[in-house]
Amino acid sequence: MSDLLLKLRDLHTDIGQYHILHGVDLEVPRGQVTMLLGRNGAGKTTTLRSIMGILPPHRGAVTLDGRAVTGLNSALIARQGVALVPEDMGIFANLTVEENLTLASLDGPPDPKRLERIFTAFPALRTFWKGRAGTLSGGQKQMLSVARAMISERRLYLIDEPSKGLAPAIVSTLAKALRELKSEGATILMVEQNFRLAKALGDRAAVMDNGRVIWSGAMADLASAPDLQSRLMGLSLEDHT
Amino acid sequence: MSAAPDHTPVMTRPPLALRLEPWLPVLLLPLLVLAGWLAIPSASSWLTLTISGLAMGMMIFVIASGMTLIFGLMDIINFGHGAFISFGAFAGVSVLIWLSALTGAPSLLLNLLALLAAVLAAMAFTGALGWGFERVIIRPVYGSHLKQILVTMGGLIVAEQLIQVIWGPREIHIARPEMLKGAVTVMGATLEKYRLVAVATGLVVFLAMRAVLRGTRIGLIVRAGVENREMVQAMGYRINRVFIAVFIAGSALAGLGGVMWALYQEMITAHMGNEIMVLVFIVVIIGGLGSVEGAFIGALMVGLLQNYVAFLEPKAALISNIGLMVAILMWRPQGMSPVIRV
Amino acid sequence: MLKSVFSGSGPGSKLLIVLALIVFLGLALTPFLFSGTRAMETGAKIAIFIVLVASYDLLLGYTGIVSFAHTVFFGFGAYGVALATQRMGSGWDALALGTLGGVALSVVLAFGVAMFSLRVRAIFFAMITMAVASAIAVLVSQLSWLTGGEDGMNIKIPRELTPAFRMDLEIFGTKITGRVLNYYLVFFSAFALFLLMLRVVSSPFGRVLQAIRENPFRAEAIGYRVVVYRTVATCLSAAIAALAGALFAIWLRYVGPDTTLSAELMIDILLMVVIGGMGTLWGAVLGAAIFVLAQSYLQVLMAQGAAATAALPLIPDLLNPDRWLLWLGLLFILSVYFFPTGIVGRLKAVK
Repeated sequence: MSDLLLKLRDLHTDIGQYHILHGVDLEVPRGQVTMLLGRNGAGKTTTLRSIMGILPPHRGAVTLDGRAVTGLNSALIARQGVALVPEDMGIFANLTVEENLTLASLDGPPDPKRLERIFTAFPALRTFWKGRAGTLSGGQKQMLSVARAMISERRLYLIDEPSKGLAPAIVSTLAKALRELKSEGATILMVEQNFRLAKALGDRAAVMDNGRVIWSGAMADLASAPDLQSRLMGLSLEDHT
Repeated sequence: MSAAPDHTPVMTRPPLALRLEPWLPVLLLPLLVLAGWLAIPSASSWLTLTISGLAMGMMIFVIASGMTLIFGLMDIINFGHGAFISFGAFAGVSVLIWLSALTGAPSLLLNLLALLAAVLAAMAFTGALGWGFERVIIRPVYGSHLKQILVTMGGLIVAEQLIQVIWGPREIHIARPEMLKGAVTVMGATLEKYRLVAVATGLVVFLAMRAVLRGTRIGLIVRAGVENREMVQAMGYRINRVFIAVFIAGSALAGLGGVMWALYQEMITAHMGNEIMVLVFIVVIIGGLGSVEGAFIGALMVGLLQNYVAFLEPKAALISNIGLMVAILMWRPQGMSPVIRV
Repeated sequence: MLKSVFSGSGPGSKLLIVLALIVFLGLALTPFLFSGTRAMETGAKIAIFIVLVASYDLLLGYTGIVSFAHTVFFGFGAYGVALATQRMGSGWDALALGTLGGVALSVVLAFGVAMFSLRVRAIFFAMITMAVASAIAVLVSQLSWLTGGEDGMNIKIPRELTPAFRMDLEIFGTKITGRVLNYYLVFFSAFALFLLMLRVVSSPFGRVLQAIRENPFRAEAIGYRVVVYRTVATCLSAAIAALAGALFAIWLRYVGPDTTLSAELMIDILLMVVIGGMGTLWGAVLGAAIFVLAQSYLQVLMAQGAAATAALPLIPDLLNPDRWLLWLGLLFILSVYFFPTGIVGRLKAVK
């Protein structure tokens, strides 16, 4: 636990007049996958967006690798090696798949080796390489969104509910790719409602409720304790999925 | 978790109707030219009108392209865009008058040199003005359309008045450079040389814009930014800087359009910009806000229709363009192609 | 008593009451307070512009719709009177019929515009109205067989309203001529129309309009048909603008594209409503009064300033009386930034 990549301390964020985060404390260890869990409206997406700098927090601190990045422009945070896969995928529908990936690769054209790995994980992207991203299916768009994050070397991946609304076959394709990413030692902070997926991928877990982190610890501890799950999230996730 | 099944998609060819659908607006253009050919009894008049329609359309496109990009990227409607047209025209004409030795010489090279100097000066001037306009006038009212309309309107009033302070209240007459005067005769049709130059210039601007938007990273950022600013930013690009660059470029293009229009009319007034803006608005609306390609097609249609109708029934020219706008909005309420697809 | 006259939408601040009263008394007594025709011209123009600007405020300030076609309705009213008197002679019936015709045409067009605006994005609307207004202005100046073209038309009005008509009556040293009667026709009509608009905005209908301006989605969600309210507001605003146009034509005995349909007039209306204060109607009173006075008298001051600084570079050009719009434009931008509620909002804030 000593080697922390990301640390949030007492983060408060508003959206318009609504106070969403009420002091989030969270630690993301380097080289591990941390799952952010909790019911709808708990503040998981807002937490990711606050880290990314899209929603600047009005109190508290975000520390990336020992450096304070709180309130920085999201472009600068991205340039520190943070990649976001947003909830709505954030695909540029009128750009081709190629252009989407070129844009995501900040320094120059995409690295061919990485590209090859992306094509192996998501063959659809090779097929539709020159096609408009808007014509892709929902699952393919999600793959493109994840691929955009993977196109360069990143220090931290923020991934918001990649399985949302996707067919099981596509979820497993994505899961495979994410497992591979994890095996290379990537640091990932991921929001996921699909507990089976979360359990399979996560090393650590943090549970949010009402704008705060109410529990954090090893994923295995949470997975093996249904009573803890139902206490934290109001229902047993095991039953739910 | 079950193993991932094979997931190998194939490209199927969509039916012709579906593939044709996005191209419908482009097809309107030849249809319009054809309609003009049928309606206008003499083929030589038709050719003359087509060329002058294209020339007018190209000039409107040059002006409208900046405006539509500014809107697409920043969600800013600049009702003061016309001020840059006027300022560009006055700056360019001042340079042309100053270089009258070059414009009066019977040498195409010297004429073009003077023209180039005028255009560059006008674009530099209006580009700089655009930078100031964005900082002072528009920056405080991002996000509020009502205030944008009011403030940019106010900026337009002040700009028009300043032009009259600097260059005097009277209109200024300007002769075209020596070698661009007169006309050539092609298949019995009289084609003014200057209009041919205007068509060529507009085409060059369109192709250059297309090349930048398609082929460069900055173009990629602009096109992506029109769709989703927040995501472009979160991918590591300082979109605000791109905004300012686009605003400056858009203002400079309006300045270029102003010089072109000045030589087209051979006369300039402080209000000329705002008078042209009526057609520019129509073009931006029917093209689809944010679409350079739409603005191009829209501008050519407006220019052609204006010239054809003015020949057949002079009083109906502007009304016909309003009619075109209403018809297109009834067909596609967002305009012909509502996003940048250059 | 005043409360019921103002329908509960009074000026709301002491200073504002004083200013509004000054404008009211000034306009009511113009023929007796000031000598010369210039004063009456200015007074009538202020009264008519108050109505025109207030009717625009009904649209801009109470529904948030930005339209640049308001001059069209003003023009319809004016040309309605002109065309009717041209055909039917200088009777009262011609005035009434022409006015009604202008109003009817305006309402029909406003209805069409409102319906069309539903189909397109709100931001298109401002641009579309600007294009339509400019097309109509061009059309009117081209159809010279009907409208007199650029030259406009002179209007024959009942003899009782012309300077040639003299009553054997003198009040406070002012001879009562038809011109004075005409002035009071304008004044009382304007006054009545203004009170009518106050009545409208204080009615439940007006309150719903304000709710729609603040948050159209919420207004729709709590059960108000936003479309219906906006359409009615647009038509009402157009009708009143047409009435103002008719008054203007009767007063000037002339109508032309420059005085009723030009883009400059539209900009003037915009300046008046924003400087005076949007969404209060009282803003129209102050905005129109200040604007017309400035137009007539600021220029005199500026001419003096220009003469005094004639030796300096640039400054005399900036102070040239023809450049008065420059200063008003700057004032306009500053008011949008620093007091978007205009003079009236400012005064209300200090109480």
